[in-house]
Amino acid sequence: MKKPLLFAIPLALFAVLVVFLFQGLFSNPRELDSQVTGQTLPAFELPDLMEPTTIYTPDSLKGQVSILNVWGVWCVTCAVELPYLTHLKENEKVNFVGLYFDQDLDPEFGTKTLQRVQQEVVSMLGRFGNPYSYHIFDVYRDLSMDLGVRGAPEHFLIDHNGIIRMHHVGDINEQVWQQKIAPVYRQLEAEMRSEISTKGVS
Amino acid sequence: MKTLLLLVLLGLATFAWASEDNYSFADPAQRATFLRLTENLRCPMCQNQNIADSNAMISHDMRRKVYNLLQEGKSEQEVINYMKQRYGDFVYYNPPVNSATVWLWAIPILFVFVGLGVMFLRKRRQVDEDITDKLAQADKLLEQEK
Repeated sequence: MKKPLLFAIPLALFAVLVVFLFQGLFSNPRELDSQVTGQTLPAFELPDLMEPTTIYTPDSLKGQVSILNVWGVWCVTCAVELPYLTHLKENEKVNFVGLYFDQDLDPEFGTKTLQRVQQEVVSMLGRFGNPYSYHIFDVYRDLSMDLGVRGAPEHFLIDHNGIIRMHHVGDINEQVWQQKIAPVYRQLEAEMRSEISTKGVS
Repeated sequence: MKTLLLLVLLGLATFAWASEDNYSFADPAQRATFLRLTENLRCPMCQNQNIADSNAMISHDMRRKVYNLLQEGKSEQEVINYMKQRYGDFVYYNPPVNSATVWLWAIPILFVFVGLGVMFLRKRRQVDEDITDKLAQADKLLEQEK
């Protein structure tokens, strides 16, 4: 009676350890629980990158499903994903909004002029494709901090009511799009259509 | 003349920020709070560095934010909450006790108790065995004496 138990207990412990470590192989240590998913966009009032007289607020993103893409010309992964995002915009009618911030533009220094930043952006988008409807310019990186952004690229799926439904850290490639993001994006579109049609009836 | 003065003043203003993180504090206690906070807040981008040590842009921004919040008169706990609200419990090097983290404290204690239990059981069994063994030996000896 004692002998089988002596064999079974270490085996069970070993099995638990194996399962635990095996999961670790596929977990992403950079993945953090997003604090903003399910919430409305934090308040902001930020200019358009290209036309600074246009001011955006959280309301600007209401009325349609969009993907808010945190990026900058200094971000290598962003350059890599630009062609695919452009493909998504052109062929799958995905609505991308850029949340642009500059790395060198330390708010206290302010060394770079806005024209210079604009030039860099235009030349980069000319080279890799332009998926964006417009860019919100996060001058002091305050909105990024409120959103819990750690770097670029990051993506926020925002529904037509301006609620953040998904926070994706890292780039969007074909695999990520098909497995993770597209299902949610299509669902948000369906939600918007059904809400509009019920409103139309009543 | 006015332009020159303005230029000089602007130059001075840049100098104040020229050496990285040259934050000035009116109150030494506030400086201590700032140092304590930046030491205990964790850079969300790096795997294991506090924001005082890290040179990542996000750490830069967070240090600036901590400084600004302290200047606004926010307390240490308010700054921690501000950061936790954005970056989660990950951001502070003192995790809260909840259903997921309670094991950090429970496992060592459980380990000690299990170990003590095993030791106790084994010792008792050994004593039992020793006595029966000895009794058997004694019986044998008695048999031989006869």
